[in-house]
Amino acid sequence: MELTAEERDILAGKRGEAPKRALEYQMELGKFCGARRFVPVTNVHMMGDIEVMGDAGLRYLKDEVALGARCVVGVTTNARCIDFAHCARMGQDAAEVAKERELIGCLRQMGVITTDTCINYQTVYQPHLGEHVAWGDTGTVIYANSVFGARSNFESGPAALAAALTGRTLEYGFHLDEHRRGTFTVRLDAPLTDLADWGAVGKIVGESHQDYYAVPVFHGYAGTPTADELKHLGAALASYGSMGMFHFVGVTPEAPSVEAALGGRKPTETLTISAADLARVYASYSLGDGDARLVVFSGPQQSLLEMRRLAELFDGRHVHEGSSCFATTNGAILAQARKLGYADVLERAGVTLLEGVCFYILQNLTPMRIANGWCNMVSNSAKIVNIIGAHRFNTILRRTTQCADIACSGALK
Amino acid sequence: MRRHRLQRSSEVSAARTGNGTLAVERAFGVAVEGEAVVSEEGFSPRYDLDRWSGLITKPGHKLEGVSIKDKICFFPTAKGGIAAGWAFNDIRSKGIAPRAFIFGIANPVMIQGAIFAGITITEGWSRDPRGLIHTGDWVRVDPQRMTISIVRRIRLGEGE
Repeated sequence: MELTAEERDILAGKRGEAPKRALEYQMELGKFCGARRFVPVTNVHMMGDIEVMGDAGLRYLKDEVALGARCVVGVTTNARCIDFAHCARMGQDAAEVAKERELIGCLRQMGVITTDTCINYQTVYQPHLGEHVAWGDTGTVIYANSVFGARSNFESGPAALAAALTGRTLEYGFHLDEHRRGTFTVRLDAPLTDLADWGAVGKIVGESHQDYYAVPVFHGYAGTPTADELKHLGAALASYGSMGMFHFVGVTPEAPSVEAALGGRKPTETLTISAADLARVYASYSLGDGDARLVVFSGPQQSLLEMRRLAELFDGRHVHEGSSCFATTNGAILAQARKLGYADVLERAGVTLLEGVCFYILQNLTPMRIANGWCNMVSNSAKIVNIIGAHRFNTILRRTTQCADIACSGALK
Repeated sequence: MRRHRLQRSSEVSAARTGNGTLAVERAFGVAVEGEAVVSEEGFSPRYDLDRWSGLITKPGHKLEGVSIKDKICFFPTAKGGIAAGWAFNDIRSKGIAPRAFIFGIANPVMIQGAIFAGITITEGWSRDPRGLIHTGDWVRVDPQRMTISIVRRIRLGEGE
């Protein structure tokens, strides 16, 4: 690899042991990925919580702190696994809760801003066209690449932390023009009236193209998608297809036209998605034993506009006796939702509002499912419907209004 | 969904191997041997794996109920997801990690996670391993030589 003088200094240990160790790890990754050089990054978003890191990850962070590790760019954290206000009631392990506190302490000592959000792009930092960042949580990456025209690969926890300590990441993948061109086209020939519809599109396209470097070009949509609609589309593409980027003609900055988005190449495929395709998605879910006692609005966390919509849907109603309904968001949005009265409406309706977490990441989720006797999980998020399988939920995608109706009626349709 | 394929997607480079050996395009780690688990479905440690037992637990996964502990795991694709970065290190520490991950198409997270955890990993294969290697075969992964070879085949009635 071509190294700058600064990078050679880091490798020589002149900036300390922690950045040296981080750069050595990045160089090993670079060998595998065929990266020729590094690019400086302006912002890092990392996943770091005890559920996914385990004791080994916590030990690693403690080692880093002991080595004097310090972030050299702005670094924020993804959603975590524990909302400390609710952990006891939710039956989360006290020992793991204590470790999560310890883990957060380590991150803060390194200069990480613990925002605990998977919608940093809606609430914390919006990179500009061409800006190189190192983000984790695939939903954040696909949004950065697609909607902002920023440049990031999927940077998992240790890779993002390494970028935070060295201030750079490897130049490969979506940092390079050649991988940002569309590879196939998708004509949207269906009315998309709910966030779940956008997620369903992501499921259809992602499931049939499981390739990080497959870049769909959406076109033919008559309206203007909102930020939340693009959020659900991107999150589902990244989840079902492991995709890192999409174009949306007339909407995303690198797609003024289909031809421009394809970068002069022919598409490998042309797809059309119809209303019948969406209907097939909704019809595809087994209702299992008909259990309708768990409805979740999460994965990604709710924006303020989503919180307002939920407040409208639950106003004057109540979650069915014996059912549970959760909505997750970050601290900033929850504070605004409280100020604006949305949170009060939802809590009066019996919706549990969790802060700083996503439902699928929750510590102790499998025992929680068993203890509550939950079989089905209903959600308007195509992503969470896909991602939570290891905990053995039977998952069902439904539109937002239907989800609210299911939560309040206890009846599954 | 109407789907028209106008040209074939890119293919991995041609095999440079003989019978019983698979070539890979990229590799990391030490040479390892172990029992193969060959999946027809992609993989994510968050979506599919119980990270406390090492069993694939996602309902309906083609390997549901199968343990990945100490196996050489062949997956055509990667699913999702950012979790593997830390999760591979966690499952290795718990003693339930596979000896190697063999991906047709990976994503950066699988690579980042395996390298961080020190687990052997390869990406890209000269041909579909399902025609060559079967679950239960004993295989050797050699990252230096960029090859995977069959040490011995599973006997009829043995294994899965």
